[in-house]
Amino acid sequence: MAAKVISPGLSTSVQDLGRPGHYHVGIPEGGGMDRFATRIANLLVGNDPGAAVLEATFMGPELEFTQSAVIAVTGGELPPKLNGEERPTWESFPVKTGDRLSFGFLKGGARAYLAISGGIDVPVVLGSRSTYILGALGGHQGRTLKAGDELPIGEGSGKAGLSLPANLRRVWNSPAELRMLPGMYWHRITEAAGNRFFEETWKVAPEADRIGYRFRGGTPLEFVEREQPFGAGSDPSNIVDACYPYGSVQVPSGTEPIVLHRDAVSGGGYMMLGVVISADMDLIAQLQPHTPARFVAVTLEDALAARAEQRAALARAEGYLAG
Amino acid sequence: MSIRFNFGGDEHIFGEVSEEMSLTSFFTGLSMTNAVRTAGIRGVTEICPANASFQIRFDPDIVRPQDLLSELKSMEEAASKAAPVLKTRIIELPVFFQDPWTRETCLRFRERHQDPSSTDLEYSARINGYATVEEFIAAYSGQPWFVSMVGFVAGLPFLYQMVERKKQIQAPKYLRPRTDTPKLTIGHGGCFAAIYSVRGAGGYQMYGITPAPIYDPTRKVRYLADDMCLFKPGDIVKFKAIGRDEYDATLEEIEANQWQPTIRECTFSLTDFNSDIYGTNAKLMELINGR
Repeated sequence: MAAKVISPGLSTSVQDLGRPGHYHVGIPEGGGMDRFATRIANLLVGNDPGAAVLEATFMGPELEFTQSAVIAVTGGELPPKLNGEERPTWESFPVKTGDRLSFGFLKGGARAYLAISGGIDVPVVLGSRSTYILGALGGHQGRTLKAGDELPIGEGSGKAGLSLPANLRRVWNSPAELRMLPGMYWHRITEAAGNRFFEETWKVAPEADRIGYRFRGGTPLEFVEREQPFGAGSDPSNIVDACYPYGSVQVPSGTEPIVLHRDAVSGGGYMMLGVVISADMDLIAQLQPHTPARFVAVTLEDALAARAEQRAALARAEGYLAG
Repeated sequence: MSIRFNFGGDEHIFGEVSEEMSLTSFFTGLSMTNAVRTAGIRGVTEICPANASFQIRFDPDIVRPQDLLSELKSMEEAASKAAPVLKTRIIELPVFFQDPWTRETCLRFRERHQDPSSTDLEYSARINGYATVEEFIAAYSGQPWFVSMVGFVAGLPFLYQMVERKKQIQAPKYLRPRTDTPKLTIGHGGCFAAIYSVRGAGGYQMYGITPAPIYDPTRKVRYLADDMCLFKPGDIVKFKAIGRDEYDATLEEIEANQWQPTIRECTFSLTDFNSDIYGTNAKLMELINGR
């Protein structure tokens, strides 16, 4: 009762909805970077929305099934192929013993989510099956997949042919607009630098992974001059090491902003300009390197309204799939 | 003193006790996070103390951000007036300073260092006014350290030495971070020591290595079976300088899963500490030495 990994793709790992509650000892919540896609993939195959799926980055794995199941692929446009024949995304379809699943080239977004009816049944560690790669924790042996791995699959009962229509999926604009609540150490930069930060168009750097996304192409920040506080370190971007929120935007040496994601480093000594709102975290998961992106300043009220909108969109999709 | 509160997006509240590091600020942050934990506020999902600040994560669908902020502010006065007394533990950690592995790594990344002609230990001893590396190590391992934060990666403690400010050891981070640091390296950056819980990139000066695992995701190490991370904020750590023979012997015991660190329950009073730093430290160290 398993799926065999023939080839692993570029960076494929087991993820669910994460393990909150351990950030104070440096263990991040983890889980699918695109939560909406993770939940919908599961619902399409009759799983609990928090079952474990595979998250494939930029390139898909190749798998061979040793049992029949129903599967679905959501998230970025990474077209699945069953025994070489293309299948639609956002739609469940059956697989049987000996079938091979592979993927075509990525056409949009950055990460695809593969759900298998019954869920990927790796051991639960600290309340979750998610892989925390940096800490070698959870998932399949605490790491990304390798050729030859065998993934245990649980018992499931999904129906083939269930799909989520395009108008119920999330749309990505270009340039990507990342809404952000300025704050934290915003006062450390000059007003002109702050204005420029929001006016300029940045680009996703190649260093973009589950820990965080780096952006390049904007003007380096000017800092307000000060004598550095005791213990902070000598660079003007240094602070006494503090906790980093999920979505926080740190700018080491004032040059390249980094937005921390689900596998965030939990703290460190760089000032943060603010935090990308929770409603836009899924969007970051689907940005490819070199994608143009802008940061857009919002208020807490805007952030809460966007969060409510996103919940409503999820409820509409879930309602549709529940029939 | 007044905590600077700030929303970190729609899911976090950040509280900065002070811009600079001090044990007093750490204690205020710890009192605040302990108070939040005790209050059991619905919707609070993560409570993270840090060196001179703290962070609370919440679900804004359960608790309104402004309500939580008001509640935190109402706790501030009590936290700042709370007797700075902590029931905690002192842990003795063996450290092999000047070991061959951090030395090899240190030489491999010399071009990223402020002073390529000396080792991290020689450089740090010199800029902190110690005549020899041995004197520097004696200062490093002679007085205990507070775990003022756990994080960056799983189980990594930041440690702040329990000495007056003018005796705090300070060192800059590497000019450019290394791509490699041996697992269980004792490093130093700014005024903080850190123990690298996993192998990986790093920018702290490297002084030594401990044979004792501090993070075990498989929970096979006997003293990490319940908690996979050894350290918690508020723990007190005393480094015990060991040589190669004791390092090898300890490692052998660890591999047989026979070894565990010396850990003693203790009570720490910041008031007593401030009136007699070395007397207070001596009493704490007696707990592990008088075994």
